[in-house]
Amino acid sequence: MKPFKRRRRGGVFAVFEPGEAHLLVSLSSQVVELLKDRSGIDAADADPLALQIGLGGPSLPPEDPVLRRLLPDAYRDDADDSAEFRRFTEQSLSSSKVRNAESLIESLVASGLGMDGVDEAEPVEVELSPDDVQAWLRSLTDIRLSLAVRLGIETDQDITLLAHSEDEAVVAMSEIYDWLGYVQESLVDALG
Amino acid sequence: MGDVTTPSPVETQEPEALEAVELEDPWVTIVWNDPVNLMSYVAYVFRTYFGYTEDKATELMLAVHHDGKAVVSSGSREEMERHVQAMHEYGLWATLQRSGQ
Repeated sequence: MKPFKRRRRGGVFAVFEPGEAHLLVSLSSQVVELLKDRSGIDAADADPLALQIGLGGPSLPPEDPVLRRLLPDAYRDDADDSAEFRRFTEQSLSSSKVRNAESLIESLVASGLGMDGVDEAEPVEVELSPDDVQAWLRSLTDIRLSLAVRLGIETDQDITLLAHSEDEAVVAMSEIYDWLGYVQESLVDALG
Repeated sequence: MGDVTTPSPVETQEPEALEAVELEDPWVTIVWNDPVNLMSYVAYVFRTYFGYTEDKATELMLAVHHDGKAVVSSGSREEMERHVQAMHEYGLWATLQRSGQ
């Protein structure tokens, strides 16, 4: 990967190897699936009237720890206020996360990434508009939060411990987690 | 209250003053530390979403990092709810509560 850089005339771009681009698509799709499983139906199908009168959204926090981190409580010590807030806002938060992840996927596909699973040799150069940048920043964060929960990262020390894990799957996942941090850092840096 | 036959000018002032203080009692948005979000990203969010200067954004980010949390905004409850929702969209861990709790 060639990290994100700013063009002289504005706009930011990066170059991903095909494998890296496919990995981003796959991780984003997993976030989308997880969020859609929670909401049960596509956000587009939600009944706006039901939402308005407060029938549309769940009031209990998700049981899945990843979803609980992506859709957290708004009140720390008040379950009633948290439930009320969640009932009116969770679906909108969830759909915005779905849109961001889908927008990240679209950027890669629009940049020439094949979606048919055929082996490609060409790197994918992605150029992001200001709107794309916002979707990427948020979406990369959601993916990193999801991986961190699965890896059990709760403190800074946990990250150091993972590097010494003897479980190959854990090491592989934590390498992906580190790489996503590198991608995001380069994007934030490029924004100046 | 209620005993109109014995007016007491000194005391009638007090409840009104107390009520005024309560109405102005602001709510706060708190951002909590987490080991995942990059320091550069958190400062970026504070700068671009709240419109804070680079210095102020960095100061708040460091407060979150070192103290475990920081009050990043205060105001009405509705306003703080909007901020918390926005922070959750960015993937930051935020809550709101009454100021001083």
